[in-house]
Amino acid sequence: MTLTRTVTARTRAGTAAPDRATEDAAGEPAAPGGLLRVRGLRVAYGDREVVHGVDLDVRPGEVVALVGESGSGKSTTAHALIGLLPDGGRVTSGEVALGVEPLTGLLPDAWRRVRGVRVGLVPQDPGTALDPVMRVGDQVAEALVVHGTPRRAARERAVEILREVGLDHPGERARQYPHQLSGGMRQRVLVGIAMACEPELVIADEPTSALDVTVQRRVLDLLADLAGRAGTAVLLITHDLAVAADRADRVVVLKDGVVVEEGPAGRVLGAPEHPYTRELVAAVPGTNTVPSAAVPAGPAATTSEPAAPSTALNVPPQPVLLAAHALVKEFRLGRRERLRAVDDVSFTVPRGSTFALVGESGSGKSTTARLVLGLDRPSAGVVELDGAPVGGDLATRRRTQLVHQDPYSSLDPRFTVAAVVEEPLRAHRVGTRAERADRVAQLLEQVHLSPDLARRRPAELSGGQRQRVAIARALALDPELLVLDEPTSALDVSVQARVLALLARLRAERGLTYLFISHDLAVVRQVADHVGVMRNGQLVETGPVGSVFDHPAHPYTAELLAAIPGARTRRHPDRKDLT
Amino acid sequence: MVTYVLRRLAGAAAVLWAAFTVSFLILYLLPSDPVAIMLDQGAGGERVDPARAAELRERYGFDQGPVRQYVTLLGRTLTGDLGTSISSGAPVTGLIADAFPETAKLAGLALLLALAAGVGIATLAYWTRAAWLRDLLLALPPLGVAVPGFWVGLVLLHLFSFTWFLFPAVGNEGFASLVLPAVTLAIGLAAVIAQVLSQGLREAWRAPYVETAFAKGSSRARVLGAHVLRNGSLPTVAVLGVLVGNLLGGTVVVETVFSRQGFGRLVENAVTTQDIPVVQGLVVVAAAVFVLTSLLVDLAHPLLDPRVLRGGHGGSGTGGGAR
Repeated sequence: MTLTRTVTARTRAGTAAPDRATEDAAGEPAAPGGLLRVRGLRVAYGDREVVHGVDLDVRPGEVVALVGESGSGKSTTAHALIGLLPDGGRVTSGEVALGVEPLTGLLPDAWRRVRGVRVGLVPQDPGTALDPVMRVGDQVAEALVVHGTPRRAARERAVEILREVGLDHPGERARQYPHQLSGGMRQRVLVGIAMACEPELVIADEPTSALDVTVQRRVLDLLADLAGRAGTAVLLITHDLAVAADRADRVVVLKDGVVVEEGPAGRVLGAPEHPYTRELVAAVPGTNTVPSAAVPAGPAATTSEPAAPSTALNVPPQPVLLAAHALVKEFRLGRRERLRAVDDVSFTVPRGSTFALVGESGSGKSTTARLVLGLDRPSAGVVELDGAPVGGDLATRRRTQLVHQDPYSSLDPRFTVAAVVEEPLRAHRVGTRAERADRVAQLLEQVHLSPDLARRRPAELSGGQRQRVAIARALALDPELLVLDEPTSALDVSVQARVLALLARLRAERGLTYLFISHDLAVVRQVADHVGVMRNGQLVETGPVGSVFDHPAHPYTAELLAAIPGARTRRHPDRKDLT
Repeated sequence: MVTYVLRRLAGAAAVLWAAFTVSFLILYLLPSDPVAIMLDQGAGGERVDPARAAELRERYGFDQGPVRQYVTLLGRTLTGDLGTSISSGAPVTGLIADAFPETAKLAGLALLLALAAGVGIATLAYWTRAAWLRDLLLALPPLGVAVPGFWVGLVLLHLFSFTWFLFPAVGNEGFASLVLPAVTLAIGLAAVIAQVLSQGLREAWRAPYVETAFAKGSSRARVLGAHVLRNGSLPTVAVLGVLVGNLLGGTVVVETVFSRQGFGRLVENAVTTQDIPVVQGLVVVAAAVFVLTSLLVDLAHPLLDPRVLRGGHGGSGTGGGAR
């Protein structure tokens, strides 16, 4: 049972693609000969039904993307298929069949003969999906041992599998623990576990949403490659339409537990029929250049207006608001070891413009943001605001404010919304109590939050509403510079579009300057005027967004750009380059 | 690994030294006069003879300055000499050496019983699929923590010694005399172990790696045995050192209730008679037991959890590789 040896019914994905494209064109899901067949699946947690009668078909060797935003029921559907619903969740009706075998109402022993052998699972978060106290090799071997492979043979095979999923020194890696591996390596191990028994179907539940974009691409390539060789079908659960567009033969769009649209990937994402799908496609940054997306490109239109003048030639350049000169930040790791998180970084940001810092995790972009905010002192170099050096004093704090990445943890859960927004005013002793209350009401209005939310607590709000609260808080002191640290990465794509539009409007209205930290190049292209690409603490390239994105000078920038998912829809809606 | 062991050893030595110093400060720098107390006891209220007082002061070194006393005492303690008891005149080391084995037997048996019961309850609760059994089992630990040890001891005495005559009520003779005090001592400990362990198992059951294991096709027994128990027991192992140390404190009550000779009784007597050298000696020995168990736990920890050996600044150093 080697992954490399088996080339079954489905040949390499590349050669198989044209056939499937014609099948897709027929549009009718093949009922006979299908691999996975789901009819009228309903799942409830307690009394609350979250999946309302989902139909789903996966044919042998096919890649189907199940796309939806958080709360759409996509993950619940995936877990219901393999009988791994969390406590309290149960399938209330509907049928699931794998080939001819029904998967509903199985006893534990029967499930054991399905899971791992016939259906593999690639879980969401490689950080927690591996047992932290068990050697990586043993965890791979376990997938074989539980289905009867002798322990010794399983160990040897595990090393083989680690080699196949692309780990260097697989023999040594097998003896390491998960914390000694990077996120990308861990996800490779998990792909190896899922593919160990060469199942007929792999369910990949947001397999790369926790990974950097270049790592994401490699892991998805690996999954597609292994699945293609073994003839394994893939059910890809994702919130990311661009990933779905790149990787799937067919796309199924789920909203509030109901399938709203399904069909060949090119058709669904290129010419969506259902209004919700259209909204989703339009909200994806970068895909709004697709001509067939017949939807007003709201956020892009609003942001490009204020962005245009600062790059246009006929407008005099604005004075510099923020300047970083040769910033260095070192952290001590051990007695002798030091980490240079920020290494000689210099840039300037003209007033009223948006400067984006992009890079992958660990590139030093967030540390740079902390230095700019005066929350950390640089080891060397200086940050200037309007020509005056920035310190950690109250005056600086007033002029620069932060919008944090995760609106779920950046708001004190015990504060009311009004108290959250008012806090900076109290900290700086601005106005009387009544004046502050007025100001809070004003601010909430500016971020389009209804005034009756003021007395609610963050837990009662949605992610988008919370991020609006965070923006209102950041605006409370009338700052000149907002540091936006991945402000939309925790949000669903349609919510992201609305928050970005709000940010664009606020910048235009109030003459704000943004330092926009992001790993998402598609978003950056949409919102920024200038961009700086960070890698290993260094700024490898800076320049106007247009020229950096269209003519990257540094190979790393080119690599980052190539890794952005969605290339297939952006350029050639019909091309299928799965492997 | 070597640095880890050395660091733990240095920590252990520092704790011992701190225990000695703090107990010295409290006992010797208190405003009371140990010699006066000593003579009061012997003389039963008669006038204190100043010459005898001065002689005693010299013998015990109380006439010297505090720094001098401290240094002398620390030096003596380091060579294993804990001085002589004021009330009995016997060497403190001898008193402790006599009492310690009895207490060690008691505490050892109590620990075994507590581990068996605590681990049994928690594991069974998360092994069974029957919700009513799990709820029942998980209700036991809070009950065990809530009832006071001396009360349990008295109830056990009443039932097993005075009603059914199964076990002796008092004394140190034979294994039978050990059973009731050990059970009394074990109940509270078992409850804490069951509590911490079931908490750990509950967390571990919810962890994503459990889903990964089930998705491989592992059975419930395998998931529990190979993944949940090991991860879920880490917090229990971490507190075990402290629990064993507390066991020593528990013996004070239990040995009094069951009138057993041992460490606990020695502590009780020394404190009531203000026998300062004995109290100080007991503090040092108790601290040593505490430090030793914690050290064992610390040394065992990396064997169970490989992440312990990773330095403070993780993550950043472990990246790289396949990226």
